[in-house]
Amino acid sequence: MFYREAGQFKSTYKEDQAVFPILQDRIGIALILLIAFVGIPMFASEYVISAIMIPFLILALAAIGLNILTGYAGQISLGTGGFMAVGAFAAYKFATWTIVIGQFEGTLPLIATILLAGVVAALVGVMFGIPSLRIKGFYLAVATLAAQFFIEWVLVKFGWFTNYSPSGVITAPPLKVMGYLFDTAPEKYVFTLTFVAVLAMAAKNLVRSHIGRGWMAIRDMDIAAEIIGFRPLQTKLSAFAVSSFFCGVAGALWAFVYLGTVEPEAFGINRSFSILFMVIIGGMGSIAGSFIGAAFIMLLPIFLANVPPMIGWDIGVDLIAHIEFMVFGIMIIFFLIVEPHGLARLWSIGKEKLRSWPFPY
Amino acid sequence: METLMSDFLFFVEVLLSGLLTGSLYSLVALGFVLIFKASGVFNFAQGAMMLFAALSMVGIQEALGIHWTLAFVITVAVMVGVAWCIEKFVLGKLVNQEPIILFMATIGVTFFLDGFGQTIWGSDIRVMDIGLPDGVFDVGGVFIDQLELVAGATAAALVIVLAVFFNKTKIGRALRAVADDHQAAMSVGISLRYIWIVVWSVAGLVGLVAGIMWGSKLGVQFSLSLIALKALPVLMLGGFTSIPGAIIGGLIIGSGEKLAEIYLGPFVGGAIENWFAYMLALVFLLFRPQGLFGEKIIERV
Repeated sequence: MFYREAGQFKSTYKEDQAVFPILQDRIGIALILLIAFVGIPMFASEYVISAIMIPFLILALAAIGLNILTGYAGQISLGTGGFMAVGAFAAYKFATWTIVIGQFEGTLPLIATILLAGVVAALVGVMFGIPSLRIKGFYLAVATLAAQFFIEWVLVKFGWFTNYSPSGVITAPPLKVMGYLFDTAPEKYVFTLTFVAVLAMAAKNLVRSHIGRGWMAIRDMDIAAEIIGFRPLQTKLSAFAVSSFFCGVAGALWAFVYLGTVEPEAFGINRSFSILFMVIIGGMGSIAGSFIGAAFIMLLPIFLANVPPMIGWDIGVDLIAHIEFMVFGIMIIFFLIVEPHGLARLWSIGKEKLRSWPFPY
Repeated sequence: METLMSDFLFFVEVLLSGLLTGSLYSLVALGFVLIFKASGVFNFAQGAMMLFAALSMVGIQEALGIHWTLAFVITVAVMVGVAWCIEKFVLGKLVNQEPIILFMATIGVTFFLDGFGQTIWGSDIRVMDIGLPDGVFDVGGVFIDQLELVAGATAAALVIVLAVFFNKTKIGRALRAVADDHQAAMSVGISLRYIWIVVWSVAGLVGLVAGIMWGSKLGVQFSLSLIALKALPVLMLGGFTSIPGAIIGGLIIGSGEKLAEIYLGPFVGGAIENWFAYMLALVFLLFRPQGLFGEKIIERV
């Protein structure tokens, strides 16, 4: 009753092609953005912001990246952690790179650093995407593991990437944009949120464009896509590039905003897997699904770790960890059985229901 | 001349050790292949099944104080139970879903088994002692690890048994029929459920054997679960659907990895064992996308 497009007439093509053609959607998005930009920094506690919201946003960004590759372009990748690591270390190298031009001496601005890191990650992603032209399906998934392990090894092995830090750990520079220092948790949160919101919007538009339609055509059937004129080389590699760009930016934010000090192990194989979970649980081929999936995978362990003590059940820490594993596994299977197309599908089913509510027949 | 000879002996030693380690990888890869062949599921839980089987066996042996053969038999029964549960609660509910969903479900199973095994049996490193020999064996100046030799022999024996099982028994024929075409197999009266339980049980058994071997080598501990990752390049190289492929892939990866670490490692800074196998498989796949023995991918529009 409240959620339907009846009566919303569009008189121009531009209106018809808007990202959110329905008024209620626009109101909803505006509300979410308002809460995210104003409500949370003002009212949420420091712990919630720095330990839950910031990592959630960054992981959601990485999940969008993987979703572009896996959900839209149909190329399964287990190398997400590796591409995030490239982003993080590239950002570090750019941030510590002193440019001297004549009298002028300085470093790159922070925003440029992070975006350039994404570009570097995109280049590396394209390199590891080349095999996708020959290899398909699970073979490709395993092949991308090569990227994961190789990148991790390179970053650990060669001191140049960490500026020869003896412990192999990099320390992020302070977050300074145009002289303004993002220092407290809410400030850092807003910094991250801006990146994530802009990039998520870009992703949403990208997948509706010619490029995005090409990805989906390749995903659904690559030979047919080739015959109707999408070149597999450009289409697949552009998916790898865009996806790795997102992952690279996420990696850079993970290092600079969330962790502060990073070693390559922070982007291990488990990170790749957890982001793949987010995409599949949240919904493949859905930008909103990436957020839902990230929230689910992030919050479930926190929730599970806090439940036994809350109900006064005192068990050992490592036993909790094991039970957490079990419950996590059961939840994944449960959600796959209930809704194999991800939580985003539940949301769209809900929208369908709302449309005809309260008279479904 | 003297150094040349000893160099050569060293090379043989490295190669043999690599081949034998490779046969251990093959054992893990075998489990993957069995399930992929029969049900088209890329079973990520193979490593977890291996860990769970090994943990259960050691746990049962210690808790009941019985001989390892008896514990082995009980563990086989447990693995059949696990297979039944997986079919009943996971695969049976996900019939006709896309491969990636099934793959994801097996990751869920991985988490569950990892957690479950350690909840019951604890997370300490346990010693798997079933009287396998250790120490080295001297053959004309080449030292061979006895445990690895036993492992290699076991892998060979297991493959022969499986080959006989697949080719000569009625269940084996049914399995191959299911692997070829689910619907055709069902239409001639083969119960898909039953076959899946059999396949997962056999994979559990293979996992148990692999777990015993790896457990004797490294101790029964959580990291066993990660060895499954090492079996993935083996699978790629050999092809997901070929049992001989798993064996030969394992041997190539095992020996290639060891030789590369010794002869190539020093030039690039060492510790290349972690990724070398993947790169080898990746480069190989560029030339043969279906692996060595995988079924040729025929694309139709």
